[in-house]
Amino acid sequence: MTTPRTPEPSFTGDTASPLLEVVDLHVEFHTKAGVAQAINGLNVTLNAGETLAILGESGSGKSVTAQTIMGILDMPPGHIAGGEIRYRGEDLLTMKPEKRRKLRGVSISMIFQDALSALNPVLPVGWQIAEMFRVHQGMNRKLARQKSIAMMQRVGIPAAEERVGDFPHQFSGGMRQRIMIAMAIALDPDVLIADEPTTALDVTVQAQVMRLLKELQVENNMGLILITHDLGVVADVADKIAVMYAGQVMEVSDVYEIYAQPAHPYTEGLLNSVPRIDGQDERLNAISGLPPSLTDMPSGCPFHPRCPYATDLCSAERPGLLPVVAEHTSACHYREEIYNGTRQPREEAQA
Amino acid sequence: MTELNKAHTVAAGEPPPAPKKAKAQEEASLWMDAWRSLRRNPWFVVSAVLLVVLVTMALFPQLFTDNDPRACPLSRSRQEPSAEHWFGTDIQGCDYYARVIYGAANSMAVGVIVSLSVFVIGVALGLVAAFFGGWVDAVLMRLTDLVFAIPYLLGALVFLAVQSERSVWDVSLILIVFTWPTFARLMRGSVLAVINNDYITAARALGAGPLTIMRRHILPNSLGPVVGYAAVFTGIVIGAEATLTFLGVGLQLPAISWGLQLDEAKSYLQQLPHLLTFPLIFVALTVFAFTSMGEALRDALDPKSKKR
Amino acid sequence: MTGYIIRRMLQFIPVVIAATLIVYAMVFLMPGDPIRALSGDRPMSPQVLETLREQYNLNDPFLVQYAKYMWGVFTAGDFGTTFQGRPVLDIIQQGLPITVTLALVALSFQIVIGVIAGVLAAVYKDSFLDRMVQVSLVIVVAVPTLAIGFLLQLTFGLNLEWFPIAGTREGLVSYVLPGITLGAVSTGIVARMLRSELVEALQSDYVRTATAKGMRRSRVVVRHGLRNSLIPVVTFLGADLATMLGGTVVVETIFNLTGLGGQIFRSIQAQENTVVVGIVTLFVLFYVVLNLVVDLLYAAIDPRIRYD
Repeated sequence: MTTPRTPEPSFTGDTASPLLEVVDLHVEFHTKAGVAQAINGLNVTLNAGETLAILGESGSGKSVTAQTIMGILDMPPGHIAGGEIRYRGEDLLTMKPEKRRKLRGVSISMIFQDALSALNPVLPVGWQIAEMFRVHQGMNRKLARQKSIAMMQRVGIPAAEERVGDFPHQFSGGMRQRIMIAMAIALDPDVLIADEPTTALDVTVQAQVMRLLKELQVENNMGLILITHDLGVVADVADKIAVMYAGQVMEVSDVYEIYAQPAHPYTEGLLNSVPRIDGQDERLNAISGLPPSLTDMPSGCPFHPRCPYATDLCSAERPGLLPVVAEHTSACHYREEIYNGTRQPREEAQA
Repeated sequence: MTELNKAHTVAAGEPPPAPKKAKAQEEASLWMDAWRSLRRNPWFVVSAVLLVVLVTMALFPQLFTDNDPRACPLSRSRQEPSAEHWFGTDIQGCDYYARVIYGAANSMAVGVIVSLSVFVIGVALGLVAAFFGGWVDAVLMRLTDLVFAIPYLLGALVFLAVQSERSVWDVSLILIVFTWPTFARLMRGSVLAVINNDYITAARALGAGPLTIMRRHILPNSLGPVVGYAAVFTGIVIGAEATLTFLGVGLQLPAISWGLQLDEAKSYLQQLPHLLTFPLIFVALTVFAFTSMGEALRDALDPKSKKR
Repeated sequence: MTGYIIRRMLQFIPVVIAATLIVYAMVFLMPGDPIRALSGDRPMSPQVLETLREQYNLNDPFLVQYAKYMWGVFTAGDFGTTFQGRPVLDIIQQGLPITVTLALVALSFQIVIGVIAGVLAAVYKDSFLDRMVQVSLVIVVAVPTLAIGFLLQLTFGLNLEWFPIAGTREGLVSYVLPGITLGAVSTGIVARMLRSELVEALQSDYVRTATAKGMRRSRVVVRHGLRNSLIPVVTFLGADLATMLGGTVVVETIFNLTGLGGQIFRSIQAQENTVVVGIVTLFVLFYVVLNLVVDLLYAAIDPRIRYD
């Protein structure tokens, strides 16, 4: 780990406001079965040079978060019901569409999970990278081509010069993801959102791609939002982790701290469900029950039906995302007790 | 894929059906689903009503007119539409409304005969070609190539011109000969799309014979698009029959047919446009009814073509 | 690539042989003696009849006649002569430009209107505009060519007098109504096909990527969405051009054009066998070449397909 654990936002920021700040975001989907609340009052902050991992299971709203920040959410059926997304202090959601478009790919950029379907199958990869330079910087065809070769070299594609005219299907999975990355960082964005960038890849390739992302982030002092369900990926590269559940942030903390001392039962459950190589536990402890239906959210804390520590308070009142200690917040009524490991599970949950 | 889809699934929140009933439920719900979406489709409702009227017209023309279409006193020839003769009279003085009503039978007959035969032939050959593959497939597909190389209207034209007497059956036969490959290919493609599914492999692994697999697993899953197209195709055939007859190589007098009426009316385009208009409207309505019925069926039966 | 083309050509040889053989057989085994028909009521001396028979190879066994004819076509471009002694090639050369113009007008109509309607409907999916386009497509696709032809002739030719109703004397304007008639149904199909393809493409991940790259909506649709959606449309258009040749028979007859389609029709009626066979052979060859072109075009649009 080469990055400083506590980043200094001041040296790129021209204002006091953080690079990217999501405030009380609500996103809904209007479906036949009713209104699905995909994001339910989400708050996260990203500083320059910082890697924020958003961790959650499928359906927790992490990809919707990414799409909403990017402005590529399908609307309808999606609908932003409230909140703000501030980029350098300016709300993206109320910004003029044309101004926002010019930020996309230039200041805020995104990498998708499956590069094979995310790259256009009928256009050469070089063309797809060059398009960034040509459209946003008005560069001519020849120069843009040279720049895209340079970008391909930078992300470690061998023989970039010969391969610039090849099509996505002619590359391996890892190389395709590198091309995705080259395209996303072509214009040196401030914020890079990576939505499960390594899920579709082999384990060995995963590590290489993550290392590349980390390198590029340090080089450009980008703010990186890493969306993942993989605790292993997070531990390696993230500075800060936000754990999402049912469209809300359950806990935010420094990466070491959260592994050592989670302050939310859900995080605790997640950590317990990871198999350990030292084999201390013979059984895997899965969190019992299923995530709630988004059309029919439980009252109070969304995790309470599955929570071993739940009390009547939990089903009545939704806990706020409040600090346990400095730089460590949790949305649990019993955050201190969980943090200190002093709270005992209920009787029936133990059985 | 995206979180959105997951949101949908979660939102639907249906409990997985009990394993025992799963199969029966699945089949029932496929057809029930189809029926439900059909009822809500305005095209289906309109075309169904039209078809009921037109089929009744073909089967029981007496219900629609008391006039004899073959009673043609020359004394009343070439009349414009009037209260007495709704569609006027033709050159011979026949009541044109009665002629047009009685014309439905032949068109429908050709349409249904050709469409049914081609459906059966196409489904059988397509299934065999896709299921057995290899040289069977190769031979059948080259055969379809061969027929495709001759545009069907042209083929029908040449072949029908050879015959001096042409009944409904002759016209139907020629149309069948030149159009079956469309169905065979459609069916083949549809079967190929399901044949590599895991449930087919599973059925094979469980020791089901080829006939069982075809009947129980492949047919029900691949028939959807072909059924829809059969209805569309009935419309196309009715149009083709009218066209061939209009060109003078289809049905012949004294048969009563829309194509013959159009053929005759062509020469009086400027003086008596109503002679052209009425049969034309009926041909168009019939073709339209079948085509949009077929489209509606296809949308309902083929999950992939569901309107987004 | 060259290897692929050669292989495809070789594959088509049996198709060409079989298709032409069937047509040749039908036409030449027609009941009635064309030479006698030619002489009409005037008696002809047996010697004259015999010379004529010899000249047209009518005394040879059927397969020999066929072989001689095809040899002439493929080695010397000799399509034979009519029984009046006029070279068939002459007739073809006279009719070809008209038919080609007609087909091109129809094709451009299909492409321009079909693509515009399809793109608009897809981009403004579920809007009023989309609904209007969809409704008109259902109607256009469902009404047979014959009816469209007459309707256009009646409204725009006779009543409004915007366009000529028959012949080609007024140049390109004369082709407007026939061209629209010939292309109408396929225009509807193209638009509908493109709409559903583009709707799907616009929801795909790569279009989402293009949006995330900060591209303008117009660029996203045209550069990223449309290209993928055009693949099936091109395939359809290719296959459709061949079908269109059959359609020219109807359209040229309705609008009294003296192209190859109308020529075939007249020649069938006049029992001018060599002309019929000549034109059909040409159409079959055209179909084969077109198929190959579509295949190659397919590879040009979709880089995932490679022929080697």
